[in-house]
Amino acid sequence: MTAIAPATTDRVTGSTILDFRDVALTFPDGTTALSGVDLTVARGEFVSVVGPSGCGKSTLLRIASGLETATQGVMTADTSRIGYVFQDATLLPWRSVTANVELLAELHGMSRADRKAKARAAIELVGLTGFEKHLPRALSGGMRMRASLARSLTLDPELFLFDEPFGALDEITRERLNDELLRLYTDKQFGALFITHSVSEAVYISTKVVVMSGRPGRIVASFDVPFPTPRDPDIRFTAEFAELVGAVSHALRGDHS
Amino acid sequence: MSIDTPSRPSDATTTGAPATVVRPSTRPVGAPRRRNPKVWGPPIGVLALIIGFWYLLSMVVLAPDRRFLLPPPHQVVTDGLLNGPVIRDISRSLGLTALVAVTGLAVAIVIGIAWGVGMSQARWIELSLFPYAVVLQCIPILALVPLIGFWFGYDFTARMIVCVMIALFPMVSNTLFGLQSVDVSQRELFRLQHASRWTTLTKLQFPAALPAIFAGLRISAGLAVVGAIVGDFFFRRGTPGLGSLMSVYQSRLQAAELFTAIIVAALFGVVVFWLFGVLRGLAVGGWYDTSGS
Repeated sequence: MTAIAPATTDRVTGSTILDFRDVALTFPDGTTALSGVDLTVARGEFVSVVGPSGCGKSTLLRIASGLETATQGVMTADTSRIGYVFQDATLLPWRSVTANVELLAELHGMSRADRKAKARAAIELVGLTGFEKHLPRALSGGMRMRASLARSLTLDPELFLFDEPFGALDEITRERLNDELLRLYTDKQFGALFITHSVSEAVYISTKVVVMSGRPGRIVASFDVPFPTPRDPDIRFTAEFAELVGAVSHALRGDHS
Repeated sequence: MSIDTPSRPSDATTTGAPATVVRPSTRPVGAPRRRNPKVWGPPIGVLALIIGFWYLLSMVVLAPDRRFLLPPPHQVVTDGLLNGPVIRDISRSLGLTALVAVTGLAVAIVIGIAWGVGMSQARWIELSLFPYAVVLQCIPILALVPLIGFWFGYDFTARMIVCVMIALFPMVSNTLFGLQSVDVSQRELFRLQHASRWTTLTKLQFPAALPAIFAGLRISAGLAVVGAIVGDFFFRRGTPGLGSLMSVYQSRLQAAELFTAIIVAALFGVVVFWLFGVLRGLAVGGWYDTSGS
């Protein structure tokens, strides 16, 4: 049942950083969220997972992060520097942008001077310079997400896990953040597992798109994305792009003719 | 002349009189300035109604020989608030009552927060201890007052204990509620960094619980004043606080003095309530949104 797109990526990717082997998860109440999932993410590879809501794609991410443990199979992450970006920005409302961005470094016991420097660099990277002293409530949804990204960046992650981070944002903000994320990715070359329910977003920002079926979640198709990075935002309007989005959407509907 | 250059307010102000004409309208006319009458107007109106009703009861409903039951407001002012010896007695007892209330509140805060934090640490601790917080809330403290006097004497300690028992519950329940209402993903954010229990408590749960704790604090503060008066009122022994003073006035049918003591006690409660409102604003007003209060 696995449909592989004809084109292969011209990107040189490294060794495996995240590996799922026959992973399944059954909750104590008996519902099976995932079954028989095989998936690898190589260093420097950007993998998106699309699937119907409730198919267990977030569960996949939670297993990768260690928030959940697989009830069957093996998950290996070959790094401890993992960045996790939640669905909402999860900023602490009583802390300023800088203090929020410093939080993870602070929890890891980094010295004050070091985390100040890290935070400053990360804030600049996500384009929030000038908003350091603002409280989250004074920021727009997109800016909060940027702060959340900056917070993860302070740990220099080799692997990024994204749980539908831009799902709650409007279209324009979302596209802008997609570009920012692509820029960060081109720059830092981290491995990424990105959960989304938007097929075009998945195709635009990934090097590989994986399609999951409904409950229990299984991987039904995988597509390599042939476009090079850095990506021209206009590729979204090319026939090739539309064709790939179409193919992924077909797989998503269970229509693999 | 200054009308021709409205963009330079410095000109306008130095020329004097025309300044009023030129001043650029930086805000909608009147809107912000009229907030105060809007805030103060209604309660003052209600106060006027209450005083009017009071006069009606006192002067019209009650026969002159029974007027001592509810003396008219002006008599409360002349015989009580403006009566030197009475006010001296009342302020001396208010000092003692305030001391009991503040100490009792401080003890209630410490015990309440510790109790709430303890329960938040494990489900079994919560299950074991929460019922007793509810019991404390439900037993009629008045029934225990004689017992407390019997055990601890009738002075400061006993009054403080009554005060703590009355003021404790809102601190316990609000602290627990606040600590438990932390957003799930924020908790997971800390879990992912392997943050210790202590770190999670101090850097996440406790700050997140502050708005709830302050809401509890405000209720407890009001109750602490009630508690300080109640114990004293029933003991009728030891150094007189506001409660025993009220009890004395009551037994001597000194209604005007009794009303004065009640008004002073109420004002003290309001001041304490307001004070904690201000404290709350300073502590969490910057990031925590409330439309009310």
